[in-house]
Amino acid sequence: MDRLSLLIWVPAITMIAMTLVDKSKVKWVSAIGAGVQLIQSVFLLFAFFGLRNGGDTSEMLFVKDITWYKSLNIHYTVGIDGVSMSLILLTSVVVFAGVFASWEMKDRVKEFFITLFMLATGVFGFFISTDLFTMFLFYELAVIPMYLLIGIWGTGPKEYSAMKLTLMLMGASAFLLVGILGIYFNSSPDGGPLTFNFVEISKITIPESAQMFFFPLTFVGFGVLAALYPFHTWSPDGHASAPTAVSMLHAGVLMKLGGYGALRIAVMLMPAAAHYYAPVFIILATIGAVYGALGAIWQKDLKYINAYSSVSHLGFIIFAVLMFNQVAFEGAVLQMISHGFITALFFALIGMIYSRTHTRNINEMGGLMKVMPVLGVGYFIAGFASLGLPGFSAFVAEMTIFVGAFQNNDVFVRTATILVVSSIVITAVYVLRAAGTMLYGPIKNKEFEGLSDARWYDKVAVFVLIAVIAGMGMFPNWLAGMIYDGLGPMFERFVMN
Amino acid sequence: MELSTFMIMRNELTLIAVVLVLLIAEIFSTKKSQGALLNFATLLFAIYAAIGFLPGSEGEIFGGMYRSTPLIMVMKNVLNVGVLVVLLQSQGWLRKPENENRALEFFLLTFSTLLGMDYMISSGDFLMFYLGLELATLPIAALAAYDVYRLKSTEAGIKFVLLAALSSGILLYGISLIYGTTGSLYYDEVLGNLHMNVLQIVATVFFISGVAFKISLVPFHLWTADVYEGSPTNVAAYLSVVSKGASVFVLVTLLFTVFKEMVLAWQPVIYVLAILTMTIGNLFALRQQNLQRFLAFSSIAQAGFILLGMISGTQYGMATVIYFVLVYVFSNLGAFGVVAMVKNATGKINIDDYDGFYQTNPRLSLVMMLALFSLAGIPPVAGFFGKFFLFAAAAGEGHYWLVLIAVLNTIISLYYYLLVVKAMFINRSENPIQAIKGDGLARIGLVISVLGILLIGFYSPVFDWVQAVSFGL
Repeated sequence: MDRLSLLIWVPAITMIAMTLVDKSKVKWVSAIGAGVQLIQSVFLLFAFFGLRNGGDTSEMLFVKDITWYKSLNIHYTVGIDGVSMSLILLTSVVVFAGVFASWEMKDRVKEFFITLFMLATGVFGFFISTDLFTMFLFYELAVIPMYLLIGIWGTGPKEYSAMKLTLMLMGASAFLLVGILGIYFNSSPDGGPLTFNFVEISKITIPESAQMFFFPLTFVGFGVLAALYPFHTWSPDGHASAPTAVSMLHAGVLMKLGGYGALRIAVMLMPAAAHYYAPVFIILATIGAVYGALGAIWQKDLKYINAYSSVSHLGFIIFAVLMFNQVAFEGAVLQMISHGFITALFFALIGMIYSRTHTRNINEMGGLMKVMPVLGVGYFIAGFASLGLPGFSAFVAEMTIFVGAFQNNDVFVRTATILVVSSIVITAVYVLRAAGTMLYGPIKNKEFEGLSDARWYDKVAVFVLIAVIAGMGMFPNWLAGMIYDGLGPMFERFVMN
Repeated sequence: MELSTFMIMRNELTLIAVVLVLLIAEIFSTKKSQGALLNFATLLFAIYAAIGFLPGSEGEIFGGMYRSTPLIMVMKNVLNVGVLVVLLQSQGWLRKPENENRALEFFLLTFSTLLGMDYMISSGDFLMFYLGLELATLPIAALAAYDVYRLKSTEAGIKFVLLAALSSGILLYGISLIYGTTGSLYYDEVLGNLHMNVLQIVATVFFISGVAFKISLVPFHLWTADVYEGSPTNVAAYLSVVSKGASVFVLVTLLFTVFKEMVLAWQPVIYVLAILTMTIGNLFALRQQNLQRFLAFSSIAQAGFILLGMISGTQYGMATVIYFVLVYVFSNLGAFGVVAMVKNATGKINIDDYDGFYQTNPRLSLVMMLALFSLAGIPPVAGFFGKFFLFAAAAGEGHYWLVLIAVLNTIISLYYYLLVVKAMFINRSENPIQAIKGDGLARIGLVISVLGILLIGFYSPVFDWVQAVSFGL
């Protein structure tokens, strides 16, 4: 068993273990599974640095290659570089926190955690794959459990939201499938064997006519998952209806699959078409960033506020991916990590508050800081981090993005950059307003006075996430260095093509 | 002729022997021994199906009218597995009091149609092909009308026989045109004499139309929904899997061998049929309530996807078609198996009835969900691999737009498959279907389907094996 495949096997074995144990022990099993996965990722990180410091300069580390289907040259190939390593860390932290955030789950507990881990398996598989076929397989494996997770354990118009989300994301995967097949059949212009391995493909140049046709399909396919305007509509409904842990995982991790794919597959493999179509998508990303922020202002429901805020922040990622310079790419990946942690923290806190107040409408709340100080402070920290206060992760990420974006000195990109920057101001408005209305002022509902503060498992989830957000904000260098390590060789080839 | 010559026809001869043994056994059976007789018949068929996997002898006999190749053996084995699962699943239904004294007829009729399909696949000339086709078709009409006391079942039988007669008329006309222009019925001789003249193009189109009836491609699908709905559930399963599979096999081999000079004529036809079949099958499936009707339209849509493999005309394309049929056999039989089990136990057949099915029958709902996901092409189950390979076959020849239409169609299909999943898992019900304890054989049938759905995709040698025997234009 190689090291990376263990990342798939641990959640898979946890799933099997959960089917065997008694209902009351399921959450302990899943906590152990998630904990082992987290420890494993940290060890992987050390091993990664160990190899790099030992002078191993190959692009992908821990590569394992098994031929699967000979006729199409499909391999099960895994390998990681700095970019995927950082996203694996993100995923294991969010899954770990997610398990503790759903500690109070009562209805069909076993099925819930099994489905949740299935989703996690898909995400880990996606990030370690270097073969487009297996990558696509894991992508769909991560999306389909969402239907059951939202449909069964959701709130509000859950059936509608679940169906909308599933169909839109699977529709995106339809475009993606055609895009992947197109890349595959053009992966060897000089007549050698075709390949699905994107590291190999990035070394050749796909014919330009093919790029023109397949880039939009691939980019939109990944873009939908990253809430690219106007295909973002599944996101607010889906996030609002989903149970806490699912919102965390989905906004925190699953949407990053889209950003990662858009950067690594669409832009890196088809640079010529990316440059050609960039203006269209830059406009869409700018609209997404501003529109998401404006949308959040009008919302009263905490989850909707955060869902729209995700649309806005994911817009930053798409925007950065289209800036085509290394600093912006670096910012895009940093933003994926940073937003993943922050939004997971937000959704975790919203879930905890909702389970106590049974409302998510900010106007019905007030003075909650008095009854639940831990959760209140946590919410403020998440808010400050989200609006880009220095010392937290989002500042590092957004700063990098805009420094990168300003390196393009034509009027169009500058204008777009300024518009995107302006959405940060709007972020401050809705974050502070929501936090203020909800946490300060008089307690509007007498029943709220007797509510309890965070329990131990809530604290585990919240403190872990706050720790990584602050850690990343104060010591961004090692993470940035690791991402740079992955982006460097990618970018060299990008410029050459 | 020596014995070894007959060994080439081993498969059919064994099946005839099974039929004869069963006929004689029925004479000596009493009311009490009915159940034992059914078990005996199933066991005999299982042995027969196992024999099919032994390495066979290749060659041709009767002056080339009958031939056997490794490819043909693979196709027959796929069908045998399908029939075996259908037989296992039908046991509960056949043992009901209303079927007393006539349960064995089901076996005899099924085996006869299977015999016809085997001859059809093995045929070396059009006469043999036509005889096989008729032998495969007529007993199905009797099977569809098996529940004679139900008006709908009788109606299904009559509808099937009438439309089958019409389609075989068209087919025969096509064959006669081929004979008229080439002067022969033997595939090898026809092949050399097809030169894309007008009459031959008409003949090709007529031939495709005739077979399209059997595969229920749009616009030749009008009988499908009514017949599937009216027939007993297990017969509908047989129709949708085995009968359709055999016709697909024969169409793909004939298009790739006999009609290979006519490729410019049939490729556009298949292209249009593929789009129509996928889209219309899916759109009609959206609003169905009756699960048998629902699966009928879903099976029409699936046939449309199969055409994507055919259109490529490559060895890889043929392999994907056969592989997909294999996957489809397990997936569709998984779904039909659950529906049949529920219908036999409770008589319920509508999607609404399945509300809260998971509360009472968690295992059956999981089987159903796996089967539907496989039909929809969701990883990690086998259907995903089957569909991906079909799409890759079409994309490999540059038909990207067709692939795009097909993938969008899978999203439509995902919607209605999810509706059933939603009913089972998400909807709650005051009085869900009670816990069903199917008979042992039916459960074995379901287990085989589930194993097929779960393993075929991951176990890549299956595909390699199929591809090794396939060929291109």
